[in-house]
Amino acid sequence: MNSVILNKTYPAPPFCEKEILRYAGCKSTDNETHKLLADCINEAQDKLTYKVCYRELPVTVKGDICDFGTFKAQSQSLSKNLENCDCVILFGATVGVGIDRLIAKYGRISPARALMLQAIGAERIEALCDAFCEDIQNTLGIGLKPRFSPGYGDLPLDTQKDIFALLDCSKRIGLTLNSSLLMSPSKSVTAVIGLTNKKENATTNKCALCDKKDCTFRGAL
Amino acid sequence: MNFKEFLKNNIVYLDGGMGTLLQSEGLAPGEHPERWNITHPDVITKIHKDYFDAGSNVVCTNTFGANSLKFDDNELENIVMAAIFNAKNAARQSASKSEKFIALDIGPSGKLLKPLGDLDFEDAVSVFAKTVSLGVKYGADLIIIETMNDSYETKAALLAAKENSDLPVIVSNAYGEDGKLMTGASPAAMVALLEGMGIDALGANCSLGPRQLRGVALELIENASVPVILKPNAGLPKSVDGKTVFDVTANDFADEVAALIKKGVRVVGGCCGTTPEYIKALTDKTNDYSPVPLSDKNLTVVSSYTHAVKFGDSPILIGERINPTGKKRFKQALIENDIDYILTEGVNQQEKGVHILDVNVGLPDIDEVQTLKTAVCELQAIINLPLQIDTADITAMETALRRYNGKAMINSVNGKADNMAAVFPLVKKYGGLVVALTLDESGIPETADGRFQIAEKILATAREYGIDKKDIIFDTLAMTISAETHAALATLESLRKIKTELGCHTSLGVSNVSFGLPNRDAINGTFFALALENGLSAAIMNPYSSEIRKTYYTYKALKGLDENCADYIRNTDSFTIAPTASTTPAAKKTAEEYSSELQHAVVKGFKEKAGEITKALLSTIPPLEIVNNEIIPALNTVGIGFEKKTVYLPQLLMSAEAAKSAFEVIKSSMAGSENKSSKGTFIIATVYGDIHDIGKNIVKLLLENYGFNVVDLGKDVPPETVVQKVIKLHAPLVGLSALMTTTVPAMEETIKLIKAKAPWCKTVVGGAVLTQDYADKIGADKYAHDAMETVRYAEEIMSGGNAK
Repeated sequence: MNSVILNKTYPAPPFCEKEILRYAGCKSTDNETHKLLADCINEAQDKLTYKVCYRELPVTVKGDICDFGTFKAQSQSLSKNLENCDCVILFGATVGVGIDRLIAKYGRISPARALMLQAIGAERIEALCDAFCEDIQNTLGIGLKPRFSPGYGDLPLDTQKDIFALLDCSKRIGLTLNSSLLMSPSKSVTAVIGLTNKKENATTNKCALCDKKDCTFRGAL
Repeated sequence: MNFKEFLKNNIVYLDGGMGTLLQSEGLAPGEHPERWNITHPDVITKIHKDYFDAGSNVVCTNTFGANSLKFDDNELENIVMAAIFNAKNAARQSASKSEKFIALDIGPSGKLLKPLGDLDFEDAVSVFAKTVSLGVKYGADLIIIETMNDSYETKAALLAAKENSDLPVIVSNAYGEDGKLMTGASPAAMVALLEGMGIDALGANCSLGPRQLRGVALELIENASVPVILKPNAGLPKSVDGKTVFDVTANDFADEVAALIKKGVRVVGGCCGTTPEYIKALTDKTNDYSPVPLSDKNLTVVSSYTHAVKFGDSPILIGERINPTGKKRFKQALIENDIDYILTEGVNQQEKGVHILDVNVGLPDIDEVQTLKTAVCELQAIINLPLQIDTADITAMETALRRYNGKAMINSVNGKADNMAAVFPLVKKYGGLVVALTLDESGIPETADGRFQIAEKILATAREYGIDKKDIIFDTLAMTISAETHAALATLESLRKIKTELGCHTSLGVSNVSFGLPNRDAINGTFFALALENGLSAAIMNPYSSEIRKTYYTYKALKGLDENCADYIRNTDSFTIAPTASTTPAAKKTAEEYSSELQHAVVKGFKEKAGEITKALLSTIPPLEIVNNEIIPALNTVGIGFEKKTVYLPQLLMSAEAAKSAFEVIKSSMAGSENKSSKGTFIIATVYGDIHDIGKNIVKLLLENYGFNVVDLGKDVPPETVVQKVIKLHAPLVGLSALMTTTVPAMEETIKLIKAKAPWCKTVVGGAVLTQDYADKIGADKYAHDAMETVRYAEEIMSGGNAK
C-alpha cells in the first residue's frame, strides 16, 4: 500500500465561460456581461495557482460504514459510491488565496465583479479537480468513481477533520480548515475517489448524482 | 559561546529532516509526531544525535506542530519539556567537537489568519506565545520559526517570540515555485518585515529543492543585512513502492548548497527528505569555507504583504486622499463608519499609480484607535500597497502598527523629546520607516540651518534607541508661500542639506505650499519639480492632480529613470487635458428605449457614465428629483426584469453599481447638510463562524439603492453583537446570511436572541443552504430566495406591513 503524500501543481486548465456564467446565475448574456466576464478572467488569471496533494488509502465498505484504516465514515451515499472499491485516492485541491483576495476586494467596492470572480473561482477549482482526476486516471490506467466530498449526500462535513489529518494540507498546499469546517482558501476541494477496474467516466454529469433537485445551479442532465 | 556570537563569525549548520525519518520508524499517518518526544524519546534523541555527529551546530526540537491549538496546556508543556530534554541529551551524547545549540522549533499554526481564514492575529500571537514561554522555561538556546507560508502569521510568531523571550530568533519561510509565499510576499518584502522587527537571521526552507530555491536565496542575499538561512528539501518527493523517495542525492544537495554558501548564504541545513547523510555531505564539502562577510545593504524600505518599496533615485508617490482634513464627504463616511468609502478611495489611488497609501482617520469625535485599526486591517485585506500610518495618537499608532502586515511607513515623529520618547520605541519594536518632521519644542525654525539641526538631533536620539538612519525619512515641512514669501526656499534648502550632508531620504506634503492661492495645482506641480531637484525622495500628494502627475512622469523621463520613456508614454493621457468632451452621448440614441440618458446608463450598468451624467444633471435639477424621476425608475425596470427572469444577477448588480455611483455623486453634493430621507434602518450580517459575505454584500447594495439605511456588521458576527446593535438603533429589521449547514445553528441562536431581547425586530434570512423549511425551523420571520425578495420584504415591513 502506498502511504506517501504527493504534491502536484498543474498549468491553468482552459477557462469554460459557459460554466462560469452558470455559476454566476446567468442564463442569457448581453455585451456588458461578456465584458465583465472577460475583465474578471483577465484580472484573476495570474493570481490563481493549481495545487493538489493526495495519497492512496485502502477502503473496506461494510453496510454504510467506509473504513479507511485510520478513520471510518458512516454514509450510505459514500458506501454506494465506493461499492466494490478496495482502494481510494484522498486529495485536497486549491486554487489559492489570490482569488479570495479579489472576491473580498470587489465584494466591498463592486459586487457585480465579486459575483463574477466567485463564479470564476468555482469553475477553476472544479476544472482543477477534473484535471487531477484525468491525470490520475491516465497515470494509474484504471477507472475512477466520481469524486465524493464531505457534505455530499449524507457524508458528514466532520469528515473534513479526518481528511486534513491525513493529507497535511496546510503545509503541502496552504489549505486550512476553519473551526466551522469551512476551508480557507475558499476555492478548494477535498474528496475521496474510489479506484475501480471498471471504466467509469468520473468527471461528467456530477449534478446527476446530487439529490438537490431544485438547485439554482443544477446543470443540464 | 552564545548563538549570536557564533552566528557573527561562522557558517552555521542546522539539522535536516525529521518527519520522513519518523515515518520510517513507524509514525502512523495522521499521528502527531510531537507526541513521540514523550513516547519514543530514544528515537528522537538518536535522530538529534546523528545530526550533531554529522556536524550540525543547531538541532531543531521536535516541536513543529507543538501549539495550543493542537494540544491542551498540560500535554503541550510535557511535549516541549521532553523535546528540549531529548535535544540536550543528544548534544551531551554526541562526540562532535562543533559548537552545539538547541533551537526551539516553531512551525505554522495550521490555520490561516483573518481575514483569509478564521484565526485572529492576536489569538495567533497568544498561541505562539505559549510555546515560546515553554521553550524559554526549559532552556532552548534560540528560537527558529520555520516553514511559515504567510507573512502575517510569521509576524505573529515573531512578535510572540520577542515579547516572551530574550533569545535569538531566526525565521525561515516556505517559498513556492513562483518565488513567493503562499499569501504573496516576495523575499524582499519578508526581509523588510523581519529586519524591521530585529530578526537575527532569515531565510527559506522546505517546499522545494536547493536548485529551485536558488533564486529566492539570491534575492534574500541581495536584500538582507543579517545572515541568510537556506534549508531546502532533498528535491521533490516521489513514490517508489509505497515509500517516499526524494530526487536529489546527498552529494548533489551538498554541491548545490555549497555553491550558495559561496554566494553569501551563512546558515544552512536540510528540510523534508534530508537525513544526517545529507548534512554530513554538506559539512564535509564546506568545512574549509569561510562565510561571506555580512554587509549592511543600507536599504530604506517599506513593505506590504506582497512586495517591498525601496526609496532611491526614483521618486515615491504617497497618496494623501485617505484623510478627512478639508473633506466633508470623507468626514461623513468616518462618522457613519462607512469603511467601503475609505476602501474605494484606496483602490482609486492605487489605480492612479501611487506606491504607498497614507492612512489618516483622525477626527475629534471618533474613536481613532479603533477606527485606524479597522481601516488598516480592511485596507490591507484588499489592497497590496504599503501603508503609511498617519496619526498623532500614540495608542492608535501602536495598535495599527501591531496589526499591519508588513513594514509600515509611520507619520510621524518630530524633534520634541517627549514625542521621540513615545514614537521611537514603537519603531524599534514593530519596525517601520518613520517620517521625522523638522520641528521641536520651539516650533518650526524659519531657516534651513535650524531645521537641519533638528534633523541631526532626531538622528542622534534615534541611534540611542537602536534605530538606524536608513529608517528615518525627513520632512522639512512645506509652508504656504501666501503667508511667507521665502517659505518654499527654506524648505527646499533644508531638503538639499539633509540629503547631501546627512545622506538621509526626504519626504514632503507638497500641496501645503500653495494654501490660500488660486489654481493651487500649478504651484504644487512646480514646487514638486523643485523639491525633486533638491533631493526629495517621496511626496505625499494628490494622485488626481494632473500637474503633480505631469511633474512625476516628466521628471523620471528627463532624469534617466524611465527606460525608453515607457512610463511617460503610458501615462501621458492622465495629465494631458483632453479637449472638452461633448456632453451628448457618443453611442447611438437610445431615447426610444430609455426615457433618459441616465436611465440608460443605470439599466445598462455603465458605472462611470452614471456618475458623470448625474454630476451634470445636478447643475439644473434638484437631487431628489434625479433620484425619484431617474434612478428609481431605472432600478425598477431592472428589478422587475430580474423577478421575471429576463435579467440575471450579474446584470442586476451592474445596474445597482451604476445607480450607486449616481447616488454617490448626489451624496457628495449634499455632504454636511442634514438630509436623511432613509426608508428605515436595516441591520445586516453574515452569522458567526461564516466568512462568506458576497451574498450579504449584494443584498446590502440593493437595499441601499432602494433607500434603506443599511448598517453592515460584516461577517463572522457573534449573536450578541447583532442584538446589541438592534437594541441600540431600535432597528425594525435584521438580515442574516449563512452559507454552510455548519453555520446555520449560529443563525438560529442569533434569531433566538433577537426574539428574546428585541421582540419588535423582524428577521429575514438567506444563503446557499437555506430553504423555506429551514428558515421556519430556526424561527426566521422570512426566507428570501434572492436579494430582490429581501428588498420587497423590507419595503413591506417598513411601510407597516407584517406579511410572512
